[in-house]
Amino acid sequence: MTTDYRQMWADLGIDLERHDALLGALPPIYQKAYLSQRNRPIGMQFFDFVVGDIHGIRVQELRQHAMNGGKVVATYCVFVPEEIVLAADAIPVGLCAGTQFSVPIAEEILPRNTCALIKSSFGFKLGRICPYVQTSHLIVGETTCDGKKKMFEILAEYHPVHIMEVPNKKSQSSRDLWRGEVAAFKEVIEKLTGNEVTGEGLARATKLVNERRRALQRLYNTRQARPVPISGKDALLVTQVSFYDDVARCVQQVNALCDEVEGRIAAGEGVFPADAPRILISGSPMAIPNWKLHHLLETAGAVVVCEESCTGTRAFSDLVAENGGTVQEQLRAIADRYMQIHCACFTPNDERLDDIVRLAREYQADGVVHYNLQFCHTYANEAVKVERALAEEGIPLLRIETDYSDEDAGQLRARVDAFLEMIRG
Amino acid sequence: MICAGLDVGSRTIVLAILDGGVVDSVILEAGLNPLRRCQELLADKSYRRLVVTGYGRHLVAPAVDGEVVSEIGAYAVGARHLYPDCRTVIDVGGQDSKVTLLSDGGEVHKFEMNDRCAAGTGKFLEVMSNTLEVDIGELGDLALSASKVVQINSLCTVFAESEVVSLISRGEESSAIALALHEGIATRIVGMVRRIGPKERVVFAGGAALNSCLRQLLSEKLGIEVTVPRDPQIVGALGAVLLAEHGET
Repeated sequence: MTTDYRQMWADLGIDLERHDALLGALPPIYQKAYLSQRNRPIGMQFFDFVVGDIHGIRVQELRQHAMNGGKVVATYCVFVPEEIVLAADAIPVGLCAGTQFSVPIAEEILPRNTCALIKSSFGFKLGRICPYVQTSHLIVGETTCDGKKKMFEILAEYHPVHIMEVPNKKSQSSRDLWRGEVAAFKEVIEKLTGNEVTGEGLARATKLVNERRRALQRLYNTRQARPVPISGKDALLVTQVSFYDDVARCVQQVNALCDEVEGRIAAGEGVFPADAPRILISGSPMAIPNWKLHHLLETAGAVVVCEESCTGTRAFSDLVAENGGTVQEQLRAIADRYMQIHCACFTPNDERLDDIVRLAREYQADGVVHYNLQFCHTYANEAVKVERALAEEGIPLLRIETDYSDEDAGQLRARVDAFLEMIRG
Repeated sequence: MICAGLDVGSRTIVLAILDGGVVDSVILEAGLNPLRRCQELLADKSYRRLVVTGYGRHLVAPAVDGEVVSEIGAYAVGARHLYPDCRTVIDVGGQDSKVTLLSDGGEVHKFEMNDRCAAGTGKFLEVMSNTLEVDIGELGDLALSASKVVQINSLCTVFAESEVVSLISRGEESSAIALALHEGIATRIVGMVRRIGPKERVVFAGGAALNSCLRQLLSEKLGIEVTVPRDPQIVGALGAVLLAEHGET
């Protein structure tokens, strides 16, 4: 790390001492989980660099943008329409919320029996250890879970927050409500940036974000091959990085990676033996640097072939229609695309069950691991229906409930080993 | 060929040696350094092949040149060896409780494990026996001697302990409190068994199967007589040694 960054972090109000401890904790974890993997695609070097420089160049870019009068809009959820932010020449950045490091800080205020993702995100702001939060002019929250909803009220005491109301049903009136929320969000962004969101701007932003969705779809499609040409850990990292990297650069890097990985498929090369058990993970999101379950599975001899998750297919499966038109027409197309995300906050949410079964087939999964952050009640309860849907199809399921700490590593390993023995028969 | 099976649990270590069709076993406390315990235990034993199971298997196996199998797999093999008609295994150990459904042929078909916390595990009983100042080996009999029923609402080990403390200060008999704790843990385990859809014969193994009250409550609540092997703690090590002999891990 250069001293330039230290000055930048200090200017951003970062608690430097704590921040040093955070950045010091990351390299050994990354070494163990990532750099020790064998036969990784060369295209992963870019993503290794991004993690190695996690609070460096990208923060500098955002800060430069801010110094030039631009705005930075921070988000936690795949429901927040990036297109609108980009159309106003602001930069959207997905915040990380995936480390135990910030959890104890959050527990000074939030109840302990709150999900790790909520605590982690809140702790980053409270502890002033995330330069992305510090750089941002607005945090956009949503109502996808009750814990988050209430946490955002407290977060608003520390940072400007805008809340989008995500409905809980998929009815016409819910759709109308969401369209209204998207239209209101446009007003909020216009006011924040002082820039008008035009039809032209929306069309350009839509095309750009769709490009990234297509690139990620392309990457995920390569994981359907047997043997798998890229590890689940690496693919997860690409998705995680796509939340905060520059969109155009991300598209370019992911496509370059895909060129290489598709070449591996043509040559029949893989990173795991062709008979390694193939696992589809489904459930709660895995925010960077949460690689716990992937690491556990892939060091136990399995390979993760897909994530049905907000840090997986739900982030990029559907495109926004690129039909252009008036601002209103385009906002409607954007709203309708986001309503296609089958989050467990909806009731009923049978489309998610269909997605899981379909993905298990498409990716030739030998089993599904349902990943549940402890205290995430929507996913925990929906797992009952997931289990039934998979039982009908004869697909084995393992339910894992955990958080970001390592204290349950042995218990998780017991479950994973038994599950893999069962799959191998 | 002489084979060895080692079950490195969170509370106990069990070694089973199979020599000429006869199984010999040793049970030790895991203590603070289970790896050293295992090394000492194996030092004077000779065997051709070793399979390690239990919570500490990945810690111990590489150091003692053993192969590994999960507890679920080991208990399935062990229970099936003792009772060839076994279709359901309940294993309540130190920090995990597990219910496994076996296929007709004895393969693991499905399994359920406790939630993340210690509720419904042997650890829960251990903490509670400390609070009630009774030896863990006598907790079950104490509960069965209760002449009165009290209610404990929480199964969280931490919350239940404070409930127990308030019941004690209310002057409740320790036998009634012990019974309430067993009711709670049995209900939790029965929930897991129901979820999996049990088939008979149901074998109850692991350290907690030594507990007379838990055995009785499980049978009552399930409406199925659960079978407890003579040495319920050695079933995992037995499964491991059988896998060592048959060459499958």
